[in-house]
Amino acid sequence: MNKALEIKNLSVAYNGRPALEGITFSVPKGAMLGVVGPNGGGKSTLLKAMLGLVRPQTGTVEILGRWVDRRVRKLVGYVPQREDVDWNFPVSAFDVAMMGRVPSMRPFRRPTARDRELVWEALKTAGMERLADTPIGGLSGGQQQRVFLARALAQEAQVLLLDEPVSGVDAPSQHEIFDLLHRLQGEGKTVVVTTHDLSCVAERFDLALLLNRRVISLGKPEEVFSPELLNEAYQSHLMVLEIGGRTVAVEDGNPKHRG
Amino acid sequence: MVTPNIVVDYLLAPLEFGFMQRGLLASVLVATICGILGSFVVLKRLAFIGDALAHASFGGVALAFVLGANIYLGAFVFALATALGIGAISQRGRVSSDTAIGVLFSGTFALGILIISRVESYTTDLFGYLFGDVLSITESDLWTIAALGLVVLALVGAFYRQLLFVAFDPTVAAATGIPARALEYLLLALLGATIVTAIQAVGIVMVVALLVTPAATAYLFTSRFHHMILASVVVGAFSALLGIYLSYYLDLASGAAIILVATALFFVTLALTGRKLSARRVAS
Repeated sequence: MNKALEIKNLSVAYNGRPALEGITFSVPKGAMLGVVGPNGGGKSTLLKAMLGLVRPQTGTVEILGRWVDRRVRKLVGYVPQREDVDWNFPVSAFDVAMMGRVPSMRPFRRPTARDRELVWEALKTAGMERLADTPIGGLSGGQQQRVFLARALAQEAQVLLLDEPVSGVDAPSQHEIFDLLHRLQGEGKTVVVTTHDLSCVAERFDLALLLNRRVISLGKPEEVFSPELLNEAYQSHLMVLEIGGRTVAVEDGNPKHRG
Repeated sequence: MVTPNIVVDYLLAPLEFGFMQRGLLASVLVATICGILGSFVVLKRLAFIGDALAHASFGGVALAFVLGANIYLGAFVFALATALGIGAISQRGRVSSDTAIGVLFSGTFALGILIISRVESYTTDLFGYLFGDVLSITESDLWTIAALGLVVLALVGAFYRQLLFVAFDPTVAAATGIPARALEYLLLALLGATIVTAIQAVGIVMVVALLVTPAATAYLFTSRFHHMILASVVVGAFSALLGIYLSYYLDLASGAAIILVATALFFVTLALTGRKLSARRVAS
């Protein structure tokens, strides 16, 4: 089985209003997929539906060739949007990364030496080992995202799902995060990222999914980001310009935090 | 001049009385359990539901009293039923959870008042549960409190890592396969049990203060969860001890004295840590 994700005919509605309709696509193992589309186009909902956090009306999700049960969940690392987290909670970066070990821990058990080793390794990979003792609220946005990634790595996740990991994060940190994701892809992880940053997907990802309630297109970014398909996804909310042989996309009036 | 001997005498003198020994032991036990659960209550913003469960338990106290049943059992059943009821009503989505809390706890509290209004001879005893009377705690009360406390401690100890994960980040905890919903109900059940242990020590009306105030004080100067729990237990136990000694020597209501000591500690800590708190806010 070489597919990391296989989604068939997935439909989700909130209070009777459709959020996703008949989503069908698959992602090969070891791919790096950028999910783009307008606000309210269902990017976050797609991730949540894959994780079973919202109940689909129809459709099936298979991860690593299996139904999403508890054993598969352990192999999926999820990094939620920043707004979903209470940053004043008294936990250190180390504590957060250690949470990645909890799905594998039994009641009454304390972390083993191997748990600690995996946590330190994950923090090191994410470049956060020197800030391990810092309270999570005292870190910058980019550092917080890297700690959350470290948690997913400590979990030994094979599939990483990240919801807007670079929104509200400064440009140098954005690059660090994408570099890190690239390295993880190199180690064989499958990476799925929702983002508003089309140019970044075009430059760094090997697959792009254009989503507006339906799958508009899935493929290599240079094929997916054609003016026709982008216009279909964003309708009048995106201006696609040709400047000096380069395609530039400008989204109109977007509050960056909604998805 | 106050010499150490006199201080020791002041501390030991009340211990000649059995009711003082029991009262001190009970209140330290209760403060310990409340310190642990209170840390979850503060961080998950469960103060209102905690207050509601305490009030709701009064219906159970009154009913058990009239029926001659175990009062702690009656209180626990009512607290638990209210917690589940709040969840069931608000999950239907037609009324919000704080509305459901408001409806249920005032209803069950009123039931308690109605019952005691019919059995006038018992009312002085029952008022002890409303406003706290830690010095009238019997040996069998003490055993009940200790047993309930042990159950709460064992369950928090067993699921500590899971409870922490769900408290900090329920969405991701659920995504990774941790039974987040079940753990949230477990937390509510533990909250109910904790409240029941505390109603005789500080009274139904003030239980929420023993849950919230020491934990809030601890939150001001700690930055890791297990430190917060530890500090909250120490602050709570110290408030209980000092409160009881004050009530002994100054002839004050014991529950109120405990709560006011805890409140004073909170404001002193708030003043001392003002800078750190605002720095933390800016950082986030």
